[in-house]
Amino acid sequence: MSDETPSSSMNISRRSLLAGAASIPLLAAFNSVASAQGLPTAVVNTTGLAVTDTTVKVGILHSVTGTMAISETGSVQAEKLAIEQINATGGILGRKIEVIQEDGGSDWPTFAEKAKKLLVEDKVASVFGCWTSASRKAVLPVFEQYNGMLYYPTFYEGLEESPNVIYTGQEATQQILAGIDWVVKEKGAKSFYLLGSDYIWPRTSNKIARKHIEKKGLEVVGEEYYPLGHTQFNSVINKIKLKKPDVIYAIIVGGSNVAFYKQLKAAGIDMTKEKPLLLTISVTEDEILGIGGENMVGAYASMKYFQSLPNDNNKAFVAAFKKMWGDNIVIGDVTQAAYLGPWLWKAAVEKAGSFDIDKVRTASPGIELTTAPEGYVKIHENHHLWSKTRIGHARADGQYDLVYETKDLMEPNPFPEGYQ
Amino acid sequence: MPAAGFLFSKKEWLYFTILAALLLVVMPLAVDVFRLNLIGKYLTYAFVAIGLVLLWGGGGILSLGQGIFFGLGGYCMAMFLKLEASTPAATKIQSTPGIPDFMDWNQITALPSWWQPFYSLTFTIVAIILVPSFFAFVIGAAMFKRRVGGVYFAIITQAVAAILTILIIGQQGYTGGVNGITDLRTLHGWDIRTDSAKLILYFVNALLLIGVLLLAQSVRISKFGRLLIAMRDREDRVRFSGYDVANFKIFIFCLAAAISAIGGAMFTLQVGFMSPSFVGIVPSIEMVIFAAVGGRLSLFGAIYGALLVNAAKTTFSESFPELWLFAMGGLFIAVVMAFPFGLAGVVKDHVEPFFAKALARFSKPSPEPQPQAAE
Repeated sequence: MSDETPSSSMNISRRSLLAGAASIPLLAAFNSVASAQGLPTAVVNTTGLAVTDTTVKVGILHSVTGTMAISETGSVQAEKLAIEQINATGGILGRKIEVIQEDGGSDWPTFAEKAKKLLVEDKVASVFGCWTSASRKAVLPVFEQYNGMLYYPTFYEGLEESPNVIYTGQEATQQILAGIDWVVKEKGAKSFYLLGSDYIWPRTSNKIARKHIEKKGLEVVGEEYYPLGHTQFNSVINKIKLKKPDVIYAIIVGGSNVAFYKQLKAAGIDMTKEKPLLLTISVTEDEILGIGGENMVGAYASMKYFQSLPNDNNKAFVAAFKKMWGDNIVIGDVTQAAYLGPWLWKAAVEKAGSFDIDKVRTASPGIELTTAPEGYVKIHENHHLWSKTRIGHARADGQYDLVYETKDLMEPNPFPEGYQ
Repeated sequence: MPAAGFLFSKKEWLYFTILAALLLVVMPLAVDVFRLNLIGKYLTYAFVAIGLVLLWGGGGILSLGQGIFFGLGGYCMAMFLKLEASTPAATKIQSTPGIPDFMDWNQITALPSWWQPFYSLTFTIVAIILVPSFFAFVIGAAMFKRRVGGVYFAIITQAVAAILTILIIGQQGYTGGVNGITDLRTLHGWDIRTDSAKLILYFVNALLLIGVLLLAQSVRISKFGRLLIAMRDREDRVRFSGYDVANFKIFIFCLAAAISAIGGAMFTLQVGFMSPSFVGIVPSIEMVIFAAVGGRLSLFGAIYGALLVNAAKTTFSESFPELWLFAMGGLFIAVVMAFPFGLAGVVKDHVEPFFAKALARFSKPSPEPQPQAAE
């Protein structure tokens, strides 16, 4: 077990107890047990959180019913896996994590109600949850008012930097800039057709994409949005055929994807020929399950994680995930980001030597995970993660082949100057 | 006025007292502020349910689009609160400070003119009542004047609810889109997020609800109320008697809309945001279920129905996060199969006879029997 368990380490001064143990996960686990015996509850919990001598309560707040359940279930599974692994290696400061799970029901006000319940009634030390921006926007005032800590896993539009949220997914510039640079450099793309579902994330992302494309002196030949759940893409596919862009840049979400990619194929656009090439930032392995690999083959996706990543951390993670949740499961970008949440929280708590929200917040910037499935990540001052951006090439079996990854970590920049 | 007493009969005054005591005394004493705030939220749906009792139980007009008016009322209130929260100082990181954040995200650089009046609280309060009423008038006039009724009317209200949702989501630069209007903070400088504010808002909400209940009852016992029942049971006879049926229907539709809108505005104040998920088809049908569970003929039933269904929703979803929807579905089926007139029917058919018997037995030895809350 210890081999497949990420250990955490921090780059700035650690407590002497833990010093030097970072490279050996098992030892790190023993150390945190030892440290707990020296830290009574009164010391590690000064603000009345649900922490006892042997347990600490956390919340999981995702939709397990309603339209978003299909997307959010993976995040719940990943968070539970991480928590189980943490408990198996001694918990946090010697305390086992107990989970209180609440259902957001794909309904934003319900998210706010449940978030408040978790913070006010259950006094959880941390919450892992939310998926859509709408649900995050709904709970944000609750977390800020009652001073909770939320680990939010989804790639999203940025324009936000809350002291009460750690964003474990990529914000828009991280996901977009490297992808466009790659397609311009490697594929010689000159013209782009931007598509998206009609809400804040695709619109903001396309705004950033357009500015980046225009800065390079290249051309955006079309930009269109469709309501969530839209299923008739024939007219836009015809326009694409007329305008002949080099790249279709697609940010379509949810069920609309199924219709879009099937109709694209039916209209004779074979993505494996790359004329035009399709680059998406919204289709993970989870979505391909619905779309069908045969309809998606040849497309490129720009995000930070693919299930097929060849590193050892990821192999161990995928194996553990399948062992817990079944062999047929696929793991997408957001699922992996959700898995990071409990580990990042553990590292911050151990660095702070306390469960207090304010101390965890202060300790968070600079926290590193060397054994994340996606590779090394680090928390930025702005509460987002430094991470690499990768390009995957869709296979017929629903997986992506890694074709490119950025050499350096991309800096998270939720308020990008010049892109707003 | 009927001889039975002012507004209510003696028995109904008893129910009224029990309800008022429950809302104003028992609940605030029995639960903490967090739960009380939740109850306050449930009670905002009771406004819609009262409107439905007038419209559906009283007038026989089933609207599956009451979420439209709940939403419009809520949005009017949210626009006012959002403008107050979007001072240039609070939004200085935006490209255009001083406008709501979602407008800035959608590259809008000036406040649209139709948002301007919502700087005024007076205008907002008037708009909360008048905007949904006007909307209801337009729909009502278009439908009832053409004698569209029954199931066709229900379908059209659903269509309007769907259209409005798509409009709000599509025009996200002006409406906040799917996210809705979030992060509302103060009402005229008064922080609505504190516990004391929540407590005060709960009482304002409960008193408004009681006021609306009295208003609805006075409509029901008026001549107009009796005409409505006549229209429900035999519309053609009322028409042949020389009454303009369409105008009465339009009026009751507008009244139900205005009542729903008050609920919507109170919802926004207590929950702190408004989103299109209250406008669409699903919430509108849920609101009909509140009235059905409570009993569509009973104003009291409507309030208890809204409370009970929502409390069950919260409890089930806390205990069984992955199975609660099945429990809710089971509850609805059981209620509709076993008690077609909802809770009010149960009280009328089973609880009242029981107390009547008990009363008859004890009235001789003891002059003051105290029936307990008939819930």
